[in-house]
Amino acid sequence: MEIVIASSIATLTAGGVYLILRLRAFAVILGLALLSYAVNLFIFSSGGLTVDEPPILHGDGIAGYTDPLPQALVLTAIVISFGMTAVLVMVSLGAYLERGNDKLDIHEDEDALSGEPDAQ
Amino acid sequence: MNDGGNLLLIIALLPFIGALIPGVMIRAGRNACATFAAVPPALALAILLVHAPTVFSGGVVQTQIDWLPQLGLSASFFLDGLGFLFACMILGVGLLIILYARFYLSGEDPMGQFYTYLLLFQGAMLGIVLSDNILLLLIFWELTSLSSFLLIGYWKHLPEGRQGARMALAVTGAGGLAMIGGMLILGNIVGSYNLTDILQQGELIRSSDWYMPALILILLGAFTKSAQFPFHFWLPHAMAAPTPVSAYLHSATMVKAGIFLMARMWPVLSGTEAWFYIVASVGLFTMVMAACIAIFRNDLKSLLAFSTVSHLGFLTFLLGLGTEAAATAAVFHIIVHLTFKAALFMSAGIIDHEAHTRDIRRLGGLRTLMPVTFVIASLAALSMAGIPLTNGFLTKELMLEEAAHTVWAGNQYLVPIAATLGALLSAAYSFRFIAHVFFGPVRDDYPHKPHDPGFGMWASPALLVVLVMVIGLFPFVAEPIVDVAASAVTGASIHTHLAIWHGLTPALYMSLTAVVGGLIVLALYSPLSRGWAALPRPEAKVIFDGLVESIAALARRITEGLHNGAMTRYLAIFVFATVLLGFAAWQGGGMAQVNRPNLPIPPMAAVGWLLLIAGTLSVVLLHRQRFRALVVIGIIGLMVSAAFVYLSAPDLALTQISVETVTIMLLLLALHYMPKDTPIESGMFRRVRDGVIAIGAGAGVGLLSYAFMRRDIDTISDYFLANSYKGGGGHNVVNVVLVDFRGYDTYGEIIVLGIAGLIIFALMEALLSGPAGKRLRNMDFSDDLSRDRHPLMMVVSTRLMLPIATMVGVYIFLRGHNEPGGGFVAGLVIAIALLMQYMASGFAWTQARQRIEYHAMIGFGVVIAGLTGCAAFLWGLPFLTSTFGYVHWDPIEEFELASAMAFDLGVFLTVLGAVMLMLYSLSRIARHAGETVNTEPMDYDPSDRVRQTREES
Repeated sequence: MEIVIASSIATLTAGGVYLILRLRAFAVILGLALLSYAVNLFIFSSGGLTVDEPPILHGDGIAGYTDPLPQALVLTAIVISFGMTAVLVMVSLGAYLERGNDKLDIHEDEDALSGEPDAQ
Repeated sequence: MNDGGNLLLIIALLPFIGALIPGVMIRAGRNACATFAAVPPALALAILLVHAPTVFSGGVVQTQIDWLPQLGLSASFFLDGLGFLFACMILGVGLLIILYARFYLSGEDPMGQFYTYLLLFQGAMLGIVLSDNILLLLIFWELTSLSSFLLIGYWKHLPEGRQGARMALAVTGAGGLAMIGGMLILGNIVGSYNLTDILQQGELIRSSDWYMPALILILLGAFTKSAQFPFHFWLPHAMAAPTPVSAYLHSATMVKAGIFLMARMWPVLSGTEAWFYIVASVGLFTMVMAACIAIFRNDLKSLLAFSTVSHLGFLTFLLGLGTEAAATAAVFHIIVHLTFKAALFMSAGIIDHEAHTRDIRRLGGLRTLMPVTFVIASLAALSMAGIPLTNGFLTKELMLEEAAHTVWAGNQYLVPIAATLGALLSAAYSFRFIAHVFFGPVRDDYPHKPHDPGFGMWASPALLVVLVMVIGLFPFVAEPIVDVAASAVTGASIHTHLAIWHGLTPALYMSLTAVVGGLIVLALYSPLSRGWAALPRPEAKVIFDGLVESIAALARRITEGLHNGAMTRYLAIFVFATVLLGFAAWQGGGMAQVNRPNLPIPPMAAVGWLLLIAGTLSVVLLHRQRFRALVVIGIIGLMVSAAFVYLSAPDLALTQISVETVTIMLLLLALHYMPKDTPIESGMFRRVRDGVIAIGAGAGVGLLSYAFMRRDIDTISDYFLANSYKGGGGHNVVNVVLVDFRGYDTYGEIIVLGIAGLIIFALMEALLSGPAGKRLRNMDFSDDLSRDRHPLMMVVSTRLMLPIATMVGVYIFLRGHNEPGGGFVAGLVIAIALLMQYMASGFAWTQARQRIEYHAMIGFGVVIAGLTGCAAFLWGLPFLTSTFGYVHWDPIEEFELASAMAFDLGVFLTVLGAVMLMLYSLSRIARHAGETVNTEPMDYDPSDRVRQTREES
C-alpha cells in the first residue's frame, strides 16, 4: 500500500509542478490544487499508514489507533488551502479583468519594476 | 549594587512618553509647548539626582526586567559613574537646548514636531548610557541613528538638510550594523549579554581568538558614530540641521555615543597593542586633520563641525592610549568639550539668527554690536584654544602631558609633535573665530543689522560659559564627578588632583608653543588660505555619493536580473533548487533502517490508484480545456477522499470531499468570466524542460514519502490518545486535538480563513469600482446562457434538500467531539446547502432571504472562539483550557457538554461565513456584468400558468 500512496504523491507533485510552470494563471491554479493534494497526502502519510484503526477511542488503552496528529494538521491544511485557492482565483480573475489576459509573466513592454499600471 | 526599583526604567522611558506631548501642546502655543517639552527631562533629571548619593559613594544602581532570560534577553539598566555623567549631560544640555530652541525656531517651523524628535532622540541616548544588556543597548543605538535622521532633516525643504540626514543615517547606521556583529561576538565569548558580566571578563575577551573581529566591528560602530577618520565626513554635512540640533547632537550626545561606547568597553578591550595602534592613531590623525580643515572653513557652523571632529579625535586618542591617567583626562575632556562647544554652537546660532549669515567673510566687528554674544563666544572659544584660566586649558595640559611620554612604534617624538600640532591648529581656528567675527571694523553690509538677542536666547550659552570659567578657575569643583566617572571607566579607584599650575613641565612648553603658533597662523591667515585653496583635496561628499550610486546601480542590476517579472522562471528556479538541495541532503546519508512492513494492496485500492494517476495525467494533458480539467480535478479529489477513508482518517475524508465540492463551485463560477481555453504558448524545449523539473520534483517527493512510511518514528501522539478523553472529554482524538490540545493553532487558522474571505470581498469591491468593472459591463455573456437558468426540478429539489442538509450539518457538528465530524466539516456542509440555493434560484432571490451578513458571521465566529478561550482566565487557567461535564434533563438522555464545543461553534461560524463570503463575492460580478437578474425563484414558473388560467376563467 505504501508504494501506492508514494507513487500517487509523486504523480500529483509532478503534475502540479508541471502546471505551475505554465504561462497562464488558470493552469497554475490547477497545479496548486494538485500540489495541495500531494502535500496533504504527504503530511498525512508521515504518521504511517494503518487500516481500520481510526483515532476514535472505544475503550481503555492507547494501542490500536492510527496517529491522530498528522490528521489534525491536514484537516486544517485542507480548509486553509481552500482559502488560498479562493484568494488566488480572485486575484487572477481580477488580473484578467484588468488586463484582458491571464498571463502570469510581465513582459518587457510592461514595466516590471515601476509598478505603474498600463498606460493603455 | 543597589536595586533601583523601576526608577531607571522610568528615566529611560520618560522622554519617549514625553515625546507624545509637544505635538499636542503646540495647539496651546509655543511657550506651552516648550514648557511641556521640558517637563520629562526635568523629571528624569530629578530622579537621576536622587540616585546621586549612591553613585558618588561608589555604588551601582540596577534594574532588571526579565523578558526571555533563557536567551539572555532582559530589559536591564544600570547606573554607575559613567552612566550618571552622560545621563546628566544628556538631560541637562537637553533642557538648555529646549529653552534655546524656543527662541531660535521661527514661527514657520513646526515646533511641536521639533520637540517630539528631540525627546525621542534624548530617550534613545539615555537608553544607550543606562542599558545593562548589550542587545538593549544596540536597539537604543539604532534608535539614535533613526531619531537623529529626523532631527538633521528637520528642515525638509532644504536639499542639504535631506542629503545630510541621509548621509548621517547611512554612515552611522552601517556602523551600527557592524557593531551588532561585534557585540554578539562579545556576548558569545563571555556567555552573557549583560554589560556588568562582560566588564568582569576582560582577560577572557582579550585572550580570545575572536578578540580582533569583535574589536574591529565595535570600533567601526564607535568610529562612525563619533565621526573618526575616514568616517568623519557625515558630521559637517549634518550641519544643515537647525542650530539647536547641532548644539545638542554634536556637543553632548550623538557623537559622544561612540566615545561613551569606547569608554564603556575600555576595561575589556583596551590595553592591547591592537587597541593602542588602531584607536590612538586614528584619534590623533583625526584630531590634526580636522583641526587643519577647520581653520579654513568660512561657515561658522562648518568650522565648529570640523573642530568637533578634531576634539572627538582628541578624546579617541586619549582613550586609545590605554592608561588610567589618559582615560581620566578623556572623561574630564568630555565635560569640558560639552561646555564650550555647546556654547559656541549656540553663539553661532545667535549670530546667524541676528545677522542672517554665518559666513565669516561677511562678518566682523560684531564686538560692539553684540557685546553679550561677544563675551560668551569669546570665552568659550578661548577655552577651545586652551588658554589658561578656562577649563579647556586643563584638559589640553593633561592631554599633552600624556602625549609627551607616549612612544609610537619606537619613535618617541612622533606623538608629542603631532599632539602639539593638533593643539596649535586648534588654537588657530579658535583665534580666527574670535578675530574674524568679533574684531575688525564694523561693516555696513551685514545682510541684517545685528544686535544682541533677548535673554531667553543667550541664557543657555551663558550658563555653559559660567561653567567653563568656574571649572577653569577652580578645577577642584569638577573632581568628584571626574573621579566617579573615571573610576567607572577604568574599574580602578581614581582620585585625581586637578590644578591649573603643574610646574614647568614639558606639557607647559608644548602648550606655549601651540598658543604662539596659533597666533602666528592667524597673522599669516591670508597667504595660508590662498595656499590651502590651491591644494588638491578629495571631496568626501563626491566620493560618498559615487559610492552610494555605484552600490545602488549594482543592486538594481542584480534585482533586474533576478526579478524580471517572469513568475514562471522564479518558480522553475525555486523548484529546481529545492530538488537539488533535497538531493544533496539525501546524498548525505543518515537514513534509519527500514522497520515497518508494507501493507497489502487490496483490489479497490488499485482501482482508485489507477483513477488517480489517470486523472492527474488527464489534467496535465487537458489543462488547456479548462472545464474538462475541472471535472477531472473533482475525480482526483474524490480518490484522495477515498484514500483517507480506507486509511483510518474519516475526518479528513469528510473535510476533503466537502472542500472539493466548494472548490469546484468556486472555480466554475470564476471560469464563467475567464477564457475557457488556454492557448498554446510554450515551445517544445520549454515543455520538456518543465517536464524534467516536474518529474524530478515528483520523484524526490515520492521517494521521500516512501522512506517516511517505511520507518516508525517517535511521535508525541500517544499523549493525545491517552489524554483525549481524560483531559478533553472527547472520543474523537482528531477533533480534540483541533479544539483543545492545539486550539491555539486552530484559532489562528480560522482567523486566516476569515481574513481570506474578507480579502476576496475587498478585492471584489476594488475591482468592480475600477476599470475591470467597466470591462465587465461591456462583456457579452448572452451566448453562454442556457434558456432556463433556474430549472424547476433543481429549484424544487434544492429547496427540499435545504432542511435535510442543514440537519446533517447540525448532526455532524454535534457529534464531532466523539465521532467523525466537527465545526470545520459542519461549516462546509451547511455552506454547500446554502450555495445550492444560490445556484438553483439565483443570486438576487437568495440574497433577499439572507438575514445575517457573512462578515458578521466571520466576526462572531472568531469572537466566540476567542471568548471561549478567554473564559479559562476566569478560573486562573491559561488561554483555551477546556472543561466538560454531563447534563441530565428529562426526558432526554444524559448528554455531554464541553467548553470545547463552544470553541467549535466559533470554528463552524467562521468557516461558514468565510466560504459564503468568497462565493457571494464572486456571484456579485454577475450582477455587475449587467446580466438579467431574476427576482423570482424560477425562470418559468408553472404555477403562473395555472393562476393565469384561473384569472381568465
